[in-house]
Amino acid sequence: MSTHSQDVEQLVKREYKYGFSTDIDQEILPPGLNEDVIRAISAKKHEPEFMLNWRLEAYRHWLTMKEPSWAHVHYPKIDYQAVSYYAAPKSDDDAPKSLDEVDPKLLETYEKLGIPLHERARLAGVAVDAVFDSVSVTTTFKEKLGEAGVIFCSFSEAVHNHPELVQKYLGTVVPSGDNYFAALNAAVFSDGSFVYIPKGVRCPMELSTYFRINAMDTGQFERTLIIAEEGSHVSYLEGCTAPQRDRNQLHAAVVELIALDDAEIKYSTVQNWYPGDEEGKGGIYNFVTKRGECRGRNSKISWTQVEAGSAITWKYPSCVLLGDNSVGEFYSVAVGNNMQQIDSGTKMIHVGKNTRSTIISKGISAGRANNAYRGLVKILGGAEGARNYTQCDSLLLGDRCGAHTYPYIEVKNPSAQVEHEATTSKIGDDQIFYLKQRGISEEDAVNMIVNGFCKEVFGELPMEFAVEAQALLAVSLEGAVG
Amino acid sequence: MSTNALSQHYAEQVQRLQDGLPGAIPEWLAGRRHGAAARFSEAGFPDPRQEEWKYTNVRPIATKPFMAAVSDAPVSEEALRAMGFEGLDAYRMVFVDGRLRTEFSDLGELPAGVTVQGLAEALASDPDPLEPLLGTLAHDRFSSFAAANMAFLTDGAVIRLGKGVRLERPLHLLIVGSAGSPATWSHPRVLIQAGEGSEATVIEHYADLEGASGFTNTVTELRAEAGAQLRHYLLQDHADSAYHVGSVFIQQRRDSRVTSHNVNLGGRLVRHDLNVDLTEPGAEIELNGLFLVGGRQHVDTHTRVHHSSPHTTSREQYRGIGQGHGRGVFKGRVLVERGAQKTDAQQHSANLLLSPNAEIDTKPELEIYADDVKCAHGATVGQLDETSMYYLRSRGIDAEAARGMLVFAFADEVLERMELAPVRTSIERRLAARLPEAGAIDVIG
Amino acid sequence: MLKINNLQARVEAAEILKGIDLEVKAGEVHAIMGPNGSGKSTLCQVLGGRDGYEVTGGTVEFMGKDLFELEPEERAREGILLGFQYPVEIPGVKNIYLLKEAYNAQRKHRGEPEADTFQFLKLVREKLKTMQMDESFLHRAVNVGFSGGEKKRNEILQMLVLEPKLALLDETDSGLDIDALKVVSEGVNRLRSQDRAIVLVTHYQRLLSHIEPDFVHVLSDGRIIKSGDKTLAHELERNGYHGIIEEAA
Repeated sequence: MSTHSQDVEQLVKREYKYGFSTDIDQEILPPGLNEDVIRAISAKKHEPEFMLNWRLEAYRHWLTMKEPSWAHVHYPKIDYQAVSYYAAPKSDDDAPKSLDEVDPKLLETYEKLGIPLHERARLAGVAVDAVFDSVSVTTTFKEKLGEAGVIFCSFSEAVHNHPELVQKYLGTVVPSGDNYFAALNAAVFSDGSFVYIPKGVRCPMELSTYFRINAMDTGQFERTLIIAEEGSHVSYLEGCTAPQRDRNQLHAAVVELIALDDAEIKYSTVQNWYPGDEEGKGGIYNFVTKRGECRGRNSKISWTQVEAGSAITWKYPSCVLLGDNSVGEFYSVAVGNNMQQIDSGTKMIHVGKNTRSTIISKGISAGRANNAYRGLVKILGGAEGARNYTQCDSLLLGDRCGAHTYPYIEVKNPSAQVEHEATTSKIGDDQIFYLKQRGISEEDAVNMIVNGFCKEVFGELPMEFAVEAQALLAVSLEGAVG
Repeated sequence: MSTNALSQHYAEQVQRLQDGLPGAIPEWLAGRRHGAAARFSEAGFPDPRQEEWKYTNVRPIATKPFMAAVSDAPVSEEALRAMGFEGLDAYRMVFVDGRLRTEFSDLGELPAGVTVQGLAEALASDPDPLEPLLGTLAHDRFSSFAAANMAFLTDGAVIRLGKGVRLERPLHLLIVGSAGSPATWSHPRVLIQAGEGSEATVIEHYADLEGASGFTNTVTELRAEAGAQLRHYLLQDHADSAYHVGSVFIQQRRDSRVTSHNVNLGGRLVRHDLNVDLTEPGAEIELNGLFLVGGRQHVDTHTRVHHSSPHTTSREQYRGIGQGHGRGVFKGRVLVERGAQKTDAQQHSANLLLSPNAEIDTKPELEIYADDVKCAHGATVGQLDETSMYYLRSRGIDAEAARGMLVFAFADEVLERMELAPVRTSIERRLAARLPEAGAIDVIG
Repeated sequence: MLKINNLQARVEAAEILKGIDLEVKAGEVHAIMGPNGSGKSTLCQVLGGRDGYEVTGGTVEFMGKDLFELEPEERAREGILLGFQYPVEIPGVKNIYLLKEAYNAQRKHRGEPEADTFQFLKLVREKLKTMQMDESFLHRAVNVGFSGGEKKRNEILQMLVLEPKLALLDETDSGLDIDALKVVSEGVNRLRSQDRAIVLVTHYQRLLSHIEPDFVHVLSDGRIIKSGDKTLAHELERNGYHGIIEEAA
């Protein structure tokens, strides 16, 4: 038994593969936050006035708000004046016009991350928007997408080239004063991705954004807005990594999705921000607001997430099901090891008739991590015939971690059916023994069991991501056998 | 923390209490009551902005000027009999407006080793043995209501079972409110100490005399020593105009087993908190609950099961039915402490929502810090099963009656776990009477 | 008693019954046989009045009344009782409640006074004996935790208590061992009388060696392709459905 636990101790140590940093010319605003900083950000981006006003309004609102404290996470008070709110790899004025102009070091960075930006790349069929610290560095496959009428560009470009769309939809799902971190994002967000799928178009390829935090002591505040017009369809992937730094860094993103009649948006995330070291030193605070509105009839929004990184994760990708017969889905795998803290889940707000939602959440806790599922299923009075099914399973590896489930179920319609189930289990010694007895190593046995545990969620990920997610899980849990 | 500050009425009540606590009571008790009064006055009534009170606004209680009853209300034996359980052979203590009425009570011949007393009497005659039992599981900090109960403590029941004693007949505590004017509040306290290997059934039963609309604020402290077996019935059948807040604290030692049956049929605004601490290996709790809300009733039940030792077991099943404009709330928390390996916890909350104006909120929670555990919870909110409806109709039963049968059956699955047949049958009848469509069900005992 | 005329029905988009004609008179026992998927269960559910089974054509008359005008419970009270292939489990509803409620619903329908608990229990106990069932059955929830055989016995018990004019038994023999089959058949034989009709729907011939039918019909692809007396069942036993279907085609 003692040798077994020693093995565990040893094996629990894992290394963060994406912990390198890139040494390139950067322009960073000095730390601090006030209206001048916001004006400076807006000016750097040559934003129209409506954007500046929107930011300032958000900032003023933010000043009146309190940081939320209800989540099952603990961290020292964040000094928002010690954070730099803007970092860019090059001065914005001579931003790259094409890949050839991109700093080779940057391209190298993305190669290391396994995200080739070259359009000839082997990941054919996936259009990539890469966001490095606060700005989008390049978007691939623009022409091909353009032929289909799809707009896929950085948020900054969208503000310039499609201001009418931005003005029409920005902040309509997550209002600038929605919550503390969303308000902060609205005030200072520097870039992100913008997607517009016109009526009846099935986006010809997967769209993907890779986020990378590189600079030290900066916050990253990106914003993604996806609009799927009537009858359109899009699948969007998001991946994130950050270098290994001793100090905590803040990431407060906002994602807004809008699905009109018969439209479908599938949004997948593999989040692998730097989680901090074994002692909980460093790592990203990932405070993210993601929400989609199924505005149209028969529309569908599906969130799939694999949350493996970050020191603290605070995110609840949600669906507001307004349109009759609309569908919301949430598939999640959240892995916490060492000192990681996760408080994540979803909200399904049923407003329209015959709206349906499914929640499948798999939480894995190892080391001294705490992993909480927090979810709200709300059936409003008019949501005749609404259905929800929720399943939350927790797997514990080791006796010093925690797994928590906090579902809120509020039902006001007597024709609704809501069902929630949750279980907590550990990897059984008998399971491991059985597999070992069949000649499988302990590590592989754990991976097999963990992958089996997460199967329903991985099945929802696009192929390339599913492979990445499985590999990521294996790394995250290296040897964390309970 | 946001609170509803005490109204002038309650501030005055606290002041009067603090000025007037009799000097004759022991120092430890005076200290606890003063502390509780200060705590109540400082915290005020809870506010829905507090997570624990998210779904229940106690403003209706906080804004009414409830007063303690000044004199014994007239009560007839007949009225009490109507509230009782036909065919139940039990010891009986009757409380009216929070005060023990010995003339209606019957403790017959208690076996040796069993003490059953009124709390006021016990405090007057021999208070010191109560020091470790009174206000030690229930902390003032738990809630303003628990604090108010301690501050305004008047009477209650003290039940002590010696080592290995078995109380054959159940003990029925019938605690009723009268139609006082102004409306009364009372703060009954029930202390149960079940010694090693003892066994008993205690029925805590709240009801009202005709026309009552008072506020009953109760605290129960129950200790089950090693190997004790206790069955605790918490039956709330108040008038629909009455208010009730009850806080129950159960502490269990090695191999003890407690079964709790909590049924809520009446009341305008009701809140129950059942707190269970399984402190030693082998301790086992079974929590069965049923609430039925109709009219404008609001019933909120919170349970917290704390597995603080390895090898402890909990089984929890709560069912709720929402009709009319009723609102039912269930929040069940299971906490497994670090090191509490081999915990086996199962919790289920099932609810039927039968009216477009009713609401059900349910929040089952698991908080787990140990890995070698078996924990599961589930919650459902829905309607009657259509296939069952069809099956019954295909037997010639009309849709209305079929619905009544199924709703009744849904509730009865919880009531069936009651060991005392007369109590179960009587509750079933009262339940059927409250389900408009099940009114015709002839309860076959 | 029962007149089915060119009955057509569908479940969701699939057309299952494609024109069934059948007449059943009082005192008769009919067996409807057919391979899986031929429409046997659909026919039973349509006659029972289950939601989701859409009648697209034809008529069914029962004792001179248009069956489709009646709700499921009205059909039962008029005297059609359906023995389910998969009896439904109803947690919490005791058998005794179900029986008593159904029994009194029927009496009320006929303008008779409701039976009191005492009388009723007496009646039920007798029937329990026939079905070799223990009295504890009455206090168990309907079909919950029952074995396959117990469920089917329970269906027949309900028939014995409710005494329908037309007993419609949907695959009552499936899942029964030989002993249970005997008990169930014995129950059904007790139901036989001059003023009652019985329709047995089954896949297998073996039930018919315990309950002798007056008429046998072969159902295939939503139509009755052949009718005859009990010898048809023997022919089926020898040649299988295949032969008969081919012969009809």
